[in-house]
Amino acid sequence: MSATMAPGRRRLAIRALGHPSFLLGAAISLVVAAMALLSFVWTPHDPTVLDIARKLQPPSATHWLGTDQYGRDVLSMIMHGAVTSMAVSFVAVGIGLGLGVPLGLLAAAQRGLVGEAVMRANDFVFAFPALIIAIMLRDIFGPGAVNAMVAIGIFNVPVFARLAYGAALPLWTREFVMAARVAGKGGGLITLEHILPNMLSLVIVQATIQLSLGVLAEAALSYVGLGVQPPAPSWGRMLNEAQTLMALAPRLALVPGLAIVVTVMGLNLLGDGLRDLLDPRLARER
Amino acid sequence: MYRRLMQHLVRGTAAVAVSAGILLGTPALAARTDVILGIRLEPPHLDPTAGAAAAIAEIVYNNVFQGLTRIDRDGTVKPSLAERWEVSEDGKVYTFHLRQGVKFHDGTTFDAEDVKFSLDRARAADSVNPQKGLFEPIDTVEVVDPQTVRITLKRPSGSLPFNLGWAAAVIVAPESAADNKTAPVGTGPFKLAEWVKGDHVTLTRSDGYWGEPVALEKATFKIIGDPTASFAALMAGDVDAFPIFPAPENVPQFEADPRFTVVVGDTEGKTVLAMNNGKKPFDDIRVRRAVSHAVDRKALIEGAMYGYGKPIGSHFAPQDKGYVDLTGKYPFDPEKAKALLKEAGAENLSVRLVLPPPDYARRGGEVLAAQLRNVGISVEIVPMEWAQWLSEVFRNKNFDMTVVSHVEPLDLDIYARDDYYFGYKDPDYRALYERFVASTDESERLALLGQLQEKLADDAVNAWLFLLPKIGIWDARLEGLWENTPVPANDLTEVKWRE
Repeated sequence: MSATMAPGRRRLAIRALGHPSFLLGAAISLVVAAMALLSFVWTPHDPTVLDIARKLQPPSATHWLGTDQYGRDVLSMIMHGAVTSMAVSFVAVGIGLGLGVPLGLLAAAQRGLVGEAVMRANDFVFAFPALIIAIMLRDIFGPGAVNAMVAIGIFNVPVFARLAYGAALPLWTREFVMAARVAGKGGGLITLEHILPNMLSLVIVQATIQLSLGVLAEAALSYVGLGVQPPAPSWGRMLNEAQTLMALAPRLALVPGLAIVVTVMGLNLLGDGLRDLLDPRLARER
Repeated sequence: MYRRLMQHLVRGTAAVAVSAGILLGTPALAARTDVILGIRLEPPHLDPTAGAAAAIAEIVYNNVFQGLTRIDRDGTVKPSLAERWEVSEDGKVYTFHLRQGVKFHDGTTFDAEDVKFSLDRARAADSVNPQKGLFEPIDTVEVVDPQTVRITLKRPSGSLPFNLGWAAAVIVAPESAADNKTAPVGTGPFKLAEWVKGDHVTLTRSDGYWGEPVALEKATFKIIGDPTASFAALMAGDVDAFPIFPAPENVPQFEADPRFTVVVGDTEGKTVLAMNNGKKPFDDIRVRRAVSHAVDRKALIEGAMYGYGKPIGSHFAPQDKGYVDLTGKYPFDPEKAKALLKEAGAENLSVRLVLPPPDYARRGGEVLAAQLRNVGISVEIVPMEWAQWLSEVFRNKNFDMTVVSHVEPLDLDIYARDDYYFGYKDPDYRALYERFVASTDESERLALLGQLQEKLADDAVNAWLFLLPKIGIWDARLEGLWENTPVPANDLTEVKWRE
């Protein structure tokens, strides 16, 4: 088994190294992740400390990206904001994966009434954008990072459920599944042993894409004040606060804006690259 | 070809005719008679006798509704529906002589019965008036004749004429009072034309107005909640004026632009970091004093307000008579704050800071939270919408701290109220306040005002921050808007366009 897998993996690695958008996406994502991780142990300044006397300073040796309207170090805020951004979208994707994939698999395995019920319920949830869910949650629990995670997470559930359902359904008609059935295996076991491994690459690709959407959604929620609350820095809120300062210090809007664009672009490129590399259908066409 | 030529000729002639028309028309163009004002908050309804929201008064005060007296742009009391009044020797009986020929917008006549109705309604046991305290000293209201009203007080009160000038004391008619929230009927120069929820409130000139004719025919109050949108609306000319502009950081841009007039005046908005005196940890005076020492007003005003706003040390506006400067009472001193917290056994405090929507609160709250963290108080910021703030903080007193601006003038009485939200219940303060209310001697009243301010500062009931500035920005051709806000109002009676 392992002897047959090894050349396949090596081929994949070689193809990956020759895939520019995968490489670029992976590099950007790694840099953002590294920046976020670094902020746990070091930032140039404490991003929550206000120093009003040094507000709105242009970039300098001490403040590489300058200071904001309260004299906070913009670079430190961006670094901490990366943590907020990543944490929220990772947890949200986790929620989507954890609930959506099993639901989709269940619907595909059962079909019939159960399958219909699960998928129509998903359609219902899909009709609510993350923003609407976040507003509802805000009214019940008050705004915060957890609220944002749950709101984006709920939004992710039907995405993964549909993906899993759509990928699993044709697999159920394949010969190896038939064989497993004839051998007397139950639906649950077949799903675990045969269906899930065969669609894993699709799920990974989708998860990467959802990560980038999560970053965007987190920024949007914090922009309207539904995300993480001050003093915890967040890119979306930085953008919001910079709005009226566009004429005074456009940099305050540009920097978080670019951070969002670059991160989302990086994750998207990574997702596209992964799809090219992993998707068996695309691979066969080649 | 011929047709093309004809077309050119026709167009050319038309163009000449049009430009000639413009040239001839210009001198005849009259000044505009409409105005569009930007306001930050939509009022919950339009009845100032049933709601405390400043947004109500900012539309209807002295425009739609009028009182016996009115408060003018400089904070002085002027006659309004009462032409004049007399006070008895003992200061307990006021006789108001009413103006003749005044009609409500629905055509009914204004007389002494309406005054009696309005005042009795406001001070009734089941009254929903937001300022019932104003009417508390009143014992009886009698109709002497249709043009004369006699008000007898339980004890002398020198503030009666001023108090009757508040928006909460306007005169309403028994026929229409119940519907004033949505269909306001007053005696003012403007009446309600249209209220498109979430967008605008339009007033139009009321024919048959008793007073000096107003220049404006139409006034639209456009609701623009977002500071960026406010800026854009002014710049694009979508609104002619923003009497209270929300983003102080944009002021320099307007000052540099000759199209606009920028007037920075005072409000009565005493902005406070309010503490819940009724429960732990702020029931301990040492903790409250520690908070007062932890606040750096200068940095706060610079950081949250871009330098606009005067520091205050007690619940009193510096421009009002009787002001005592108490800003030096609790100098910014983090070490002292820490020591006081230690003494009170309140180290490692963790509190919730509730912030209503206005920018002064949201921005100020962020700066204050950082200043409090600096002395070891960990602060959780909880943003709330107004409706939620009113029910959670104002009514249910379910909060530790909040930032809010008290915009009513001379409202020291709130600290003498039993059920007020910050839960200050001090018998000495009440006794002092009773003495102030009863006093009719001007110099004694001023001395007592000073003592009241000192007592509040001494007890560190709240941390007083700054007086909310009134940053007014409007079209340079517009005249007559108020520079200051002695009471929440956008009095349009003297507003006109320069020709």
